[in-house]
Amino acid sequence: MTSKAANRFREILVSVALVAIVAGLVLGVWEFVVWKFDLPKALLPTPKQCWDAAVLERLALFRATLATGYAAIAGLLVAIGVGYFLAVVFSQSRGLRLALFPYVILLQTVPIVAIAPLLIIWSGYTFRTVVIVTAIVCLFPIVNSVTGGLLSTQKDTSDLFRLYGAGRWKRLLHLQVPSSVSHLMLGIKTSSGLSVIGAIVAEFFVGNGTNYDGLGTLMTGWTALVKTDALVSAVFASALLGVLMFGSVHLISAFLLKRWTQFANVSG
Amino acid sequence: MSQSERVSAIHCKSVAIDFPGDIRAVDQLDLSVKAGEIVSLIGPSGCGKTTLLRLMAGLEAPTEGEVALEPPVVGSEGGIAFVFQQPSLLPWRNTLENVVLPLELIGRGSKQSRRQDALKMLSAVGLEHAAERFPSDLSGGMKMRVSIARALVTDPHVLLLDEPFAALDDMLRNQLGQLLLELWEKRRFTVVMVTHNIAESVLLSQRIAVMREGRLVTVLDNPLPQPRNEQLRTTVSFGEFYGNVSDALRGD
Repeated sequence: MTSKAANRFREILVSVALVAIVAGLVLGVWEFVVWKFDLPKALLPTPKQCWDAAVLERLALFRATLATGYAAIAGLLVAIGVGYFLAVVFSQSRGLRLALFPYVILLQTVPIVAIAPLLIIWSGYTFRTVVIVTAIVCLFPIVNSVTGGLLSTQKDTSDLFRLYGAGRWKRLLHLQVPSSVSHLMLGIKTSSGLSVIGAIVAEFFVGNGTNYDGLGTLMTGWTALVKTDALVSAVFASALLGVLMFGSVHLISAFLLKRWTQFANVSG
Repeated sequence: MSQSERVSAIHCKSVAIDFPGDIRAVDQLDLSVKAGEIVSLIGPSGCGKTTLLRLMAGLEAPTEGEVALEPPVVGSEGGIAFVFQQPSLLPWRNTLENVVLPLELIGRGSKQSRRQDALKMLSAVGLEHAAERFPSDLSGGMKMRVSIARALVTDPHVLLLDEPFAALDDMLRNQLGQLLLELWEKRRFTVVMVTHNIAESVLLSQRIAVMREGRLVTVLDNPLPQPRNEQLRTTVSFGEFYGNVSDALRGD
């Protein structure tokens, strides 16, 4: 191992250790508070009780995490497709951008909990509704980021395309799309965390009384039954799912960007 | 094909251009560049030399007067090439693909013939070994060579250069100047080059156009013999002409 790699390894080890210490402290304080104030299990179960609940409900938790994960990924993919298309449209016409961009912002500012009931009326208590809600939540960062990327081509290269009489399509294909790759990845990264939130919020609405089982539906059910220990384990499962989504998108984008990352300092 | 048919002369007739905010970047300028000639545009920052170059390229349209190429050529057919101060390569394309780009954009030749033309051009600038490498792997000098290869791959009538070597150190600047002369000796395209560097303009060009505040102050004929080489730098006539250009720049 080179000394550089050894240093890197030590760095990772230290950061993992620090995170573990914080986790240990939090769990310790938690356990202490429950013991000290003699809190009832329904109000705040101990970490051990939550762990036991997680083990007991492991199958339900696993299936729910999977279902929510599917919905989050599907919603994110829809948002990428629709978002990229919108960004391309916005990059090609200033008029359309001025006319439509405010509505994309509006979609972002209207609380998703306000839209979700409407979508249930239109689309039913279904997986599809969850995907649509997720896609709406994920849309804005992607549209915003990619539009910026498509429009931020460098002046010299832009002039070069103009000099050679490149039309709209050649410009888009050979200049704008490639230079927006890093922006797309940034947008997807931002949205990946949001996708899990969007899916779970949608499941809160969709869940009750249907055969769809996501983390959100599971949580609503357990809240009604005051199964606080199981509820906490579901919270951890959703956090884990969020980290997993963000982490995998991060890895994929790091891999894809290898050729693109030096964009900023290469052209100089 | 005779010389005058293969390359174009550039005629600027009473050219003026205004930019937003009542800025007249170029004012009532007359300048003719002969076919196959190398002319340097020199002058203080903001004197309008880059704007004049962009007018010649067709990247800007004059507010008054006209810029005419004789015989007429256009960039969209590869007749005009432009080299920027920065190499401005596309980082997601390798060296060869960068040089192929202009041929793709003007839609000339088959995929195979484009690659062959680009490879030929790469070897002319001494970079055939770097065809598969990406811009991020190239040094500043190599990137500029690629940029020159990209400009010349369409076999243009007119080559316009906007302070092409300004960002490079003196050694590289001289090397690339010599490379430019070698390439010009072979093809004899018309060259207009914007520069800040008096020595560079004296060594490379046959005439030097001195600009100030959007106007042409004077055009000096370079007495140095052709072909040019680095040894000329130490001659008396180089020094004398250098002095003349520098006087003209100061306005004496």
